[in-house]
Amino acid sequence: MAYSEHPGLRTPDEPMLVRVFAAYTVSATVWLLLATFVGLILALKFSYPDLFTAPAFSFGRLRAIHTNGTFYAWASPALIGLALFVAARSSGTGLYSASLAWVALALINVAAICGTVALDLGYNAGDQEYREWLWWVRAILAFALVLTAWNLIGTVASRRDEDLYLSNWYTIGAVLWTIIVLIVALLPWYQVGLGQVAVQGYFMHNAVGMWFTPLALGVFYYALPKLLNRPIYSYSLGILAFWTNLVFYPILGAHHFLFSPLPWWLQTLAIVFSVAMLVPVIGGSANFLLTMVGQGHRMHRSPAMFILVGVLAYLFGSAQGTVEALRSLQPVWHLTNYTVGHSHLTMYGFVTFAIWGGVYALLPQATGRRAPDLAIGIHFWLSTIGVIIYVLSLSVGGTEQGLDWMRGAPFIQSVVDQAPYWLWRAIGGGLMFAGHLVFAFNVSLMVWGGLAEQAADRRAAGVPA
Amino acid sequence: MTAHNRNLVAILGGSTAVYLALAVMMGVLPGIWLSGTPPGPGVAPLTAEQAAGRAVYVSEGCAYCHTQQVRPLATDSGFGRPSAPGDFAYQTPQLLGSERTGPDLTNIGNRQPGTVWQFMHLYQPRSVVPQSIMPAFPWLFEVVDQPPQGESAVPVPKPFAPAQGVIVPGARARALVAYLLALKQPAWPLPAAISTAPGASPPGAAPAGFDAAAGARLFTSHCAVCHGAEGAGVPGVFPSLAGDPVVNAADPAEQIRTVLHGRAGKTINGATYAGAMPPFADQISDQQIADIIDHERSSWGNHAPLVTAADVAAQRAQP
Ligand code: HEC
Ligand code: HEC
Ligand code: HEM
Repeated sequence: MAYSEHPGLRTPDEPMLVRVFAAYTVSATVWLLLATFVGLILALKFSYPDLFTAPAFSFGRLRAIHTNGTFYAWASPALIGLALFVAARSSGTGLYSASLAWVALALINVAAICGTVALDLGYNAGDQEYREWLWWVRAILAFALVLTAWNLIGTVASRRDEDLYLSNWYTIGAVLWTIIVLIVALLPWYQVGLGQVAVQGYFMHNAVGMWFTPLALGVFYYALPKLLNRPIYSYSLGILAFWTNLVFYPILGAHHFLFSPLPWWLQTLAIVFSVAMLVPVIGGSANFLLTMVGQGHRMHRSPAMFILVGVLAYLFGSAQGTVEALRSLQPVWHLTNYTVGHSHLTMYGFVTFAIWGGVYALLPQATGRRAPDLAIGIHFWLSTIGVIIYVLSLSVGGTEQGLDWMRGAPFIQSVVDQAPYWLWRAIGGGLMFAGHLVFAFNVSLMVWGGLAEQAADRRAAGVPA
Repeated sequence: MTAHNRNLVAILGGSTAVYLALAVMMGVLPGIWLSGTPPGPGVAPLTAEQAAGRAVYVSEGCAYCHTQQVRPLATDSGFGRPSAPGDFAYQTPQLLGSERTGPDLTNIGNRQPGTVWQFMHLYQPRSVVPQSIMPAFPWLFEVVDQPPQGESAVPVPKPFAPAQGVIVPGARARALVAYLLALKQPAWPLPAAISTAPGASPPGAAPAGFDAAAGARLFTSHCAVCHGAEGAGVPGVFPSLAGDPVVNAADPAEQIRTVLHGRAGKTINGATYAGAMPPFADQISDQQIADIIDHERSSWGNHAPLVTAADVAAQRAQP
């Protein structure tokens, strides 16, 4: 691939940046395939519980492989690759250090391989969701984030403009905060019995809300103006959302343990801030949606469609989270499949679609190669229809499950009643996975072949470089 | 630092400092404070074998489908009394769980104390609960030609049994079941008003007659795991209740006493059963027992005189 010949080139060290961005995306995509293939097996096991009965394929082990794999081996490196690219481009410079980026990527992969293999052999850190990887594996991951923070800060520190573009607030902030999240979750001294319940409530939510949410929003703030060739609707609304998200989000973790023996005030505080979260969520989504208004012609057949789905899922998923946290509704939905639907609306509909929007928008600019619109469209519709089926079936099924419990039906009734919804979930999951295969194909075109990216310069007013 | 980068430090440094403070406030401090929660009355540490079983539970990811937290909600009342902070004193890693694909296990040692049932269920859940979607854990067991001296094989029914040899629990299965049987909520000194004391039929209430829907529902939730939804049982392990002499006897005394106090080792219609029937005296009220018994006495071809809560109370009063 001749990096030097395409119009995306801005600085002499560009080829390195392009190679780094492409490598992060490729690595993440491989893990996406693996982790969601595992997800598909899990989904099938609800309908065919005796499918693949062997220790290495058992539900209890594969589930953690799926969640940690999608979090730390798919979404994290994909978003870090985007963040590095955005930092360099929006600062009008090259990457501060390619070596740091390579070492961090290698460490993430070492962690993902060790974590996955250990989980499959039955070694996990105590069934604590999203931190099942053994402590030393998570320490490697944390170290990779320290290197990444260093690299990102070094990159934006040598930017040309006085202002730090908003995307970098979100992405670099996310890396710095997540280092804290990971360290708090690692230290054992205050994680005994009920103390660990409190830390787990904190961790589950902050891992999602202080890591994936700001990274994905950072991608939106850069990729959307680029794609539509117009500045973001309101820069200051973006800043308001930044600070309110920062202050409100960390407080709502305990809403995963409502009605548990955790202190009642901690739960109440979590509920109050779950409602307050509507401020950054509505502020942020409105900002993106208003940027898109009237741009129908540019959205059509553009990666911006992925961003549209992402923004809508962010809006609905977060609003759903707020509603779920209310004490009057908790008894119906808590502990049911409804929650799993919510997780996929947010982690899939929002975060994963944000990554796709970012990759389809920016990777061609880097490599000068793009995938055909048809293939991108097929990926879009498979994943969109798939996730809609997934989330709808579990939302309806989870509600029925909760109502079964409330009317005092024998427990097994709630299992029997889920059967059709579980089957639909597997069908939705099958479509989603098929979409991932197309995505992987598209990534290979964007990196190693495909069509030449049009020379059209997408430099937008108000968006640095 | 150049002047150029002052806003960089302000934004990133400022937000990170704010976040650090919040992380300490919402994560570390509650952790420190709650880690010191003292054990509640009657809450004891696990034995070495039970602890080993808990490690198997963690390693196999049972917690992804089973909670161990009883909420103070009507929904959860079947699982025991509401969990109290002191219940978790010896529970690290914590296993409260976030999803209830299967039932809560806080009190499973009281609800399902039969080792044989637990082994069969772990080896292949569908051998005892046909509708179950719980994974099978055959790798916790061993296939041998002959059970070792003094031990008996797990009576896995035909379609699930291996072609050759018999099933015996391995060390991990034994530890896991020891742990499950240890999951019993210690009684809790509750104010009388919310007491769920056994046999608490409201004083002075006249026998409400036979509530067929309640009887069927209670049978499904308390008895069907062993006797099957249609009362057919599992040959050699749990007796069939269809045509059973005790269920069809005109005098209900023995049936009532079996449900109240449990039973094991009896020869029924010339066959013996490997399972054991747990006592229900402490779990369900007289009225509920009467409803279940009447359900049995009028289902699956059985025809026998019905009983009332008063009959059950009379048997309960006997030593
Ligand atoms: C995929 C989800 C899933 C996993 C994983 C799982 N279970 Fe279950 N479990 C269920 C379901 C569903 C039921 C209810 C049907 C039944 O009784 O089999 C159940 C029932 C049970 C019961 C009987 C509860 C009662 O009230 O009668 C016990 C005991 C149990 N499981 C123990 C375990 C243990 C121990 C493990 C780990 C080795 C485990 N389960 C893993 C889904 C699961
Ligand atoms: C853990 C499994 C288990 C559960 C749960 C269970 N049973 Fe049993 N039941 C047995 C076994 C095993 C026997 C045979 C006991 C023996 O061999 O002495 C039995 C025997 C009986 C008998 C006596 C049959 C006879 O001819 O003596 C009756 C009646 C009965 N059960 C009713 C019930 C009812 C009602 C429930 C629910 C409230 C129930 N069982 C729950 C295992 C169970
Ligand atoms: C083919 C696509 C996918 C399928 C079929 C799938 C399927 C599943 C299944 C079956 C579970 C277990 C649910 C349970 O225990 O009841 C699960 C859990 C989970 N998955 Fe996925 N998944 C997919 C993609 C993803 C992606 C891409 C992400 C994140 C980026 C993700 C994040 C999660 C999370 C966070 C959970 C835990 C849910 C909870 O506890 O609430 N999944 N998934």
